[in-house]
Amino acid sequence: MSTEKQQEHLKRHVDETEDMQPDVGNGEMDEAFVEDLDSLLDEIDEILEEDSQEFVENYIQRGGQ
Amino acid sequence: MGTETEYGISVKNAREQDSVAASTLVVNAYKSSRDNTPSTSTAVTWDYDQESPLMDARGFLAEAETPISETDTSSAVNDILINGGRYYVDHAHPEYCTPECANARDLLLYEKAGELILEVSRGAAERLLLDNQEIIIYKNNTDYKGHSYGAHENFLMSRKVPFDAIVDGLMPFLVTRIIITGSGKVGTENGSQEADYQISQRADFFEKEVGLSTMVNRPLINTRDEPHADDKLYRRLHVIVGDSNMSELSIYLKIGITSIALQLIEKGVVGKQFNLKDPVAAIKSISRDLSCKEPLELADGKQSSPIEVQRAYLKLAQQHLTPDERTPIVEDVLGKWKYVLDNLEIDPRRLSRHLDWIIKKKLLDAYRQRHGYQWDDAHLQMIDLQYHDIRPDKGLYIRLLKNGHVKRLLSHEEIVHAMHYPPVDTRAYFRGTCLRRFRKHIYSASWNSMIFTNESGGFDKIMMDRPHFGTQKIVGDLLNNCTAAELVKKIRGDASK
Repeated sequence: MSTEKQQEHLKRHVDETEDMQPDVGNGEMDEAFVEDLDSLLDEIDEILEEDSQEFVENYIQRGGQ
Repeated sequence: MGTETEYGISVKNAREQDSVAASTLVVNAYKSSRDNTPSTSTAVTWDYDQESPLMDARGFLAEAETPISETDTSSAVNDILINGGRYYVDHAHPEYCTPECANARDLLLYEKAGELILEVSRGAAERLLLDNQEIIIYKNNTDYKGHSYGAHENFLMSRKVPFDAIVDGLMPFLVTRIIITGSGKVGTENGSQEADYQISQRADFFEKEVGLSTMVNRPLINTRDEPHADDKLYRRLHVIVGDSNMSELSIYLKIGITSIALQLIEKGVVGKQFNLKDPVAAIKSISRDLSCKEPLELADGKQSSPIEVQRAYLKLAQQHLTPDERTPIVEDVLGKWKYVLDNLEIDPRRLSRHLDWIIKKKLLDAYRQRHGYQWDDAHLQMIDLQYHDIRPDKGLYIRLLKNGHVKRLLSHEEIVHAMHYPPVDTRAYFRGTCLRRFRKHIYSASWNSMIFTNESGGFDKIMMDRPHFGTQKIVGDLLNNCTAAELVKKIRGDASK
């Protein structure tokens, strides 16, 4: 089998046999998924610490193990 | 096996940052919230006589590296938990150690229980501060400025396996497993080669192959030889190269596949065929290869990709684990291991609900696109940091979990249960149950000892050098039907026979 064919074969096998649904990983996002992501980004806009620049600069830890 | 997690800590709107004081406040707040009494009245101390962190697995006692944790004043802040774990201040971080667990699923459960324990104590501590102050705790490994704090894994192994065989067999496995266990990091540090985003939080901090130190000049394989058990029978392999994970699947696989790899090494079937030419350079280049497919130079001149090396270990496991060893959990780990390797090979983005570094990458990519940020924009580092925030209302990973965006392996109810009850099938059962039933009579404890106070004012020490003893099956009836004095008498009596 060519590498491409092997890859296709592997993909079909994985998608069919596992209970863990893989994400849409090839750039073809369906609409529901895009909506999902949009609401997620809205949420991040809401809860992300204000003034990221200052926050990140001031986050200093002492080294641990 | 068990894990130890050091958490990052910061107080918002504090006049100055004192992470030792903040860590102490948080750990003590948990004691107080649990006991509902001043923390000193029921304090059980840690039995340091049982510790020897400078014993080297290669057979010698080392010179002290500086600084040493046990000389730190903060070592006084210590809590032994009713779930059998330990909660204390290590250097300038709150640290939670899980109880000893017998399988990967339990260990995932108890590590997650630790996140809840931290959150409960964080909330209790915050109530003691000014209204505008917030305590923020991150389960991550870096401040992006060259200061790292660890997430260590511990595995009980037979003393019979020569340490050299562990080094040979484990090194290529540990270096390549980051494609599964990485937590993802924006940017680079510690003088390593630049990148926008990398797979591992910790890879930048490893500078040599084998050694005893954990704080500076960190080794990929740590030689600390402190089994907390009968040292003629066992060693405790102390793995310090891992990332702190949020994803349940990442934690489960990290523990599951590593214990399988160690089983293969104990069987003597791994050998040197995967030895890498330069493991320290390799972990950094793998961390920067988001395809997981770039070939690595092996010591014998051949080349292999990280996925191929992982597949080779998986294949050995399928060939050499006996039906007895293939318990339902091991079987499940093998299936999920294959699943993630298959999907990484097709396209890592397929795992953007599964593994930390890919979940985080998806968030960052989408956010960059929405706002047009470059990789060096502080918002992206903020997202990276806040992914690891343990607060349910602020933590990005936790929000993803609640909204069903990431794969879930545990229920919230069982995690809460694991905060309060030990695993039933290791000596942690004995420790946790004794603390629940006899706290007033216990003077101190450690991983392998418990010291009871007796009626005449003296002390009775019980050693627990066999991690597989002290289980519910063996001592459950006894523990639940006797007083502390009867328990000590019975165990002493049995031991002297």
